[in-house]
Amino acid sequence: MKIILHIWRQRNANDKGRMARYEVPNVNEHMSFLEMLDVLNEDLIARDEEPVAFDHDCREGICGMCGCMVNGVAHGPKPGTTLCQLHMRFFKDGDQLYLEPWRALAFPLVKDLVVDRSAFDRLIAAGGYISVATGSASDGNAILVPKEDADRSMDAAACIGCGACVAMCPNASASLFMAAKISHLGLLPQGQPERATRAVAMVAQANHELFGACTNVGECEAVCPKEIKLEVIARMNRDFLTAKLTGRTAAEEA
Amino acid sequence: MELDSKCPTGPIETRWDRHKFGLKLVNPANKRKYTILVVGTGLAGGSAAASLAELGYNVKCFCFQDSPRRAHSIAAQGGINAAKNYHNDGDSVYRLFYDTVKGGDFRARESNVYRLADISLDIIDQCVAQGVPFAREYSGYLDNRSFGGAQVSRTFYARGQTGQQLLLGAYQALERQIGLGTVSMFPRTEMLDLIVIDGHARGIVTRNLLTGKIESHFGDAVVLGTGGYGNVYYLSTNAKGSNATAIWRAHKRGALFGNPCFTQIHPTCIPVSGEYQSKLTLMSESLRNDGRVWVPLKKDDTRPASQIPEAERDYYLERRYPSFGNLVPRDVASRNAKMVCDEGRGVGETKLAVYLDFRDAIGRLGTHVIKERYGNLFDMYERIAGEDPYRQPMRIYPAIHYTMGGLWVDYNLMTTIPGLYAIGEANFSDHGANRLGASALMQGLADGYFVLPNTINDYVASTKLDKVDSTHAAVRDAEAQVTGTTAKLLNNKGTRSVDSFHRELGKLMWDYCGMSRNAEGLKLALSKIPGLREQYWREVKVLGSGDELNQSLEKAGRVRDFFELAELMCLDALERNESCGGHFREEYQTPEGEAARDDEHYSYAAAWEFRGVGNRPDLHKEALNFEYVHPAQRSYK
Repeated sequence: MKIILHIWRQRNANDKGRMARYEVPNVNEHMSFLEMLDVLNEDLIARDEEPVAFDHDCREGICGMCGCMVNGVAHGPKPGTTLCQLHMRFFKDGDQLYLEPWRALAFPLVKDLVVDRSAFDRLIAAGGYISVATGSASDGNAILVPKEDADRSMDAAACIGCGACVAMCPNASASLFMAAKISHLGLLPQGQPERATRAVAMVAQANHELFGACTNVGECEAVCPKEIKLEVIARMNRDFLTAKLTGRTAAEEA
Repeated sequence: MELDSKCPTGPIETRWDRHKFGLKLVNPANKRKYTILVVGTGLAGGSAAASLAELGYNVKCFCFQDSPRRAHSIAAQGGINAAKNYHNDGDSVYRLFYDTVKGGDFRARESNVYRLADISLDIIDQCVAQGVPFAREYSGYLDNRSFGGAQVSRTFYARGQTGQQLLLGAYQALERQIGLGTVSMFPRTEMLDLIVIDGHARGIVTRNLLTGKIESHFGDAVVLGTGGYGNVYYLSTNAKGSNATAIWRAHKRGALFGNPCFTQIHPTCIPVSGEYQSKLTLMSESLRNDGRVWVPLKKDDTRPASQIPEAERDYYLERRYPSFGNLVPRDVASRNAKMVCDEGRGVGETKLAVYLDFRDAIGRLGTHVIKERYGNLFDMYERIAGEDPYRQPMRIYPAIHYTMGGLWVDYNLMTTIPGLYAIGEANFSDHGANRLGASALMQGLADGYFVLPNTINDYVASTKLDKVDSTHAAVRDAEAQVTGTTAKLLNNKGTRSVDSFHRELGKLMWDYCGMSRNAEGLKLALSKIPGLREQYWREVKVLGSGDELNQSLEKAGRVRDFFELAELMCLDALERNESCGGHFREEYQTPEGEAARDDEHYSYAAAWEFRGVGNRPDLHKEALNFEYVHPAQRSYK
């Protein structure tokens, strides 16, 4: 089949950028979306045109590196699927696809479909961890975790940090990403001592990075390739408010 | 060159403790005066960088991805072994040690493997404390499952995403140190050379992948946790970015390369569907617990699986290995799949696949049980292959998955260049000729959390180093080489893309240095690779500029190194006239077609010394002694 692509081309952050139209004939239904882009890039190289820059690495839906908007939807039309796991059999001959990079103030554009998501790392550095130095742990079975809690913690921990939630949110909020980490750690007994300060520190960092606020739109949940549920945000809000009400906000003041 | 493994002697149970006691320490207040460079942020590199910073060292950490959380450790599915014996099923440190030495087909050091098994206990504790959401029993205790090559339940797991969760644990520990200012993190930065001054590793030359800036970083020691080199084959289960550049440049600067031909093929991957294929996707080994592997009895049978009657199916693993059946180790399962496909009995469009059939398991247990056990894997298969494995058998084929070879290191994980360490998959140390399932995560974390942070002190404390800066001749030379290569690639004005060359090299390697090898094929590959490498330099085309993000340029440098490494792999495979683990030489097999080891002549680790591109490298041998586990023929009949 033939696919018509309209791709955002922008050399760097200072360049103005434009949509460019490309035709990819001979798309095979077994190809992944990124393999179709590989084919396009090989064509472009053959024609002495610079290939389209896009981030990707594992190509099995777990590293979180890939992703762009496909016809206005982060990671494209198939729910619960990263762009690398989306296959061309979900499209038909002659389809016109508009590919754009994640758009958010906190994710500055690097080139073409590549953006800078280092703000996510800084959110984790602000408090998305349990402070335990190597060697100081007690036996693994000394800490009992009810299966239900471990399962819910794992549901949240499945986040791959791709940024689709931010890209899709009309406020460019990082709430789903932060709240997934806050839920992952906060649902476990090991995460309790730092629970209050974690929420306060991460929210403060998110404001500093110019991520927007959450207004419960729910677009993030709809596009999350790991199907993280909106309820994690409620848990984050609860931790944040509890911290504020009980005055356990040391991290914010530090 | 005399290879000194620095392995302790005496009772194996206390070797590591006694060795640690003999190592020099660095006063806590002095550690901040030392800088350690850590390259790579997977399980090994990430855990090492975090742990070294916790100890008080100044750490500079580098990764080529946009975030340290992306390293390919993240894709490991199955689990991590630890000899906790929580299930009272007879497990022990000694048994894990025994299984690993045997599973590696007696080509690993006993001292290293014992230490690995011993440390496995601490790893689980550490990861639980970090908040890794391991699977739990209803009582709240840690759950385990069994895995290939073991008869006990010792594998800890977090659904099918164990690697992801362990990596996030290490990543979070690393980010904590970054937040505290003890680690400077350099993402999207690729190491392109090693700086060796007066025989010691003193720094690295990097390229900033966003700005193209070539820079040097200096330190008192350099740690490479940069993973394996399976992408030599182009198609593998590795991430697209996984590469051998860091270890290869270190090799060219003097670090010996250990057992380069030891590669692991994973038997259950989704088969190649066409020329455009960019990578292969692994389906967890656990599927073989309930799936039955078969091909049609007749050659070129084009009927759909459902129309092939029972009597015309060949369940070849069950037939050839009645006691292990579909659960034979990875190398055996892979070779047998290749064999039946070579006979013309492969299935699917390409005829390079075998069936993994769940019909009987579904009939016996019901769809709901199979869904509970493998639901996410079945979904993934359907997403990629477009077929419903509940209704028709999966098609699978082996793929390159892991490389047991890597930089040669001593018991302290130091390479033959003083001050240069290699950890995790980047070194050659613990898995011998074949790695058991759920042991890669164990080794990466053992090296990074517990071994390196102990051994590196000894070097730092006992070595007096002069200060270096960018004016040193060795630094300027390394920078000039990197700049020169980059410019040469960009100005080449060739006609073919980097990928087209990489595919060609990969196919050559897969055909002649893949699942099974023979002298004739290896010699043919060795005669073709130099020509292809020269053609690469003449005809490769890299568009764009060097002072901005240029993904073609990144690939071009990595493929350049794959060409040189590929030659060494073939040479090592040709030199080793025996079959062991993942290295199967067709000339050396038992009458039943199993791997025939030659302990009399090949019970050694091969360590190759670089002698210039196109020149034959020197082979050094580290003899392997087995005092505890006595070499025997592996049998799975």
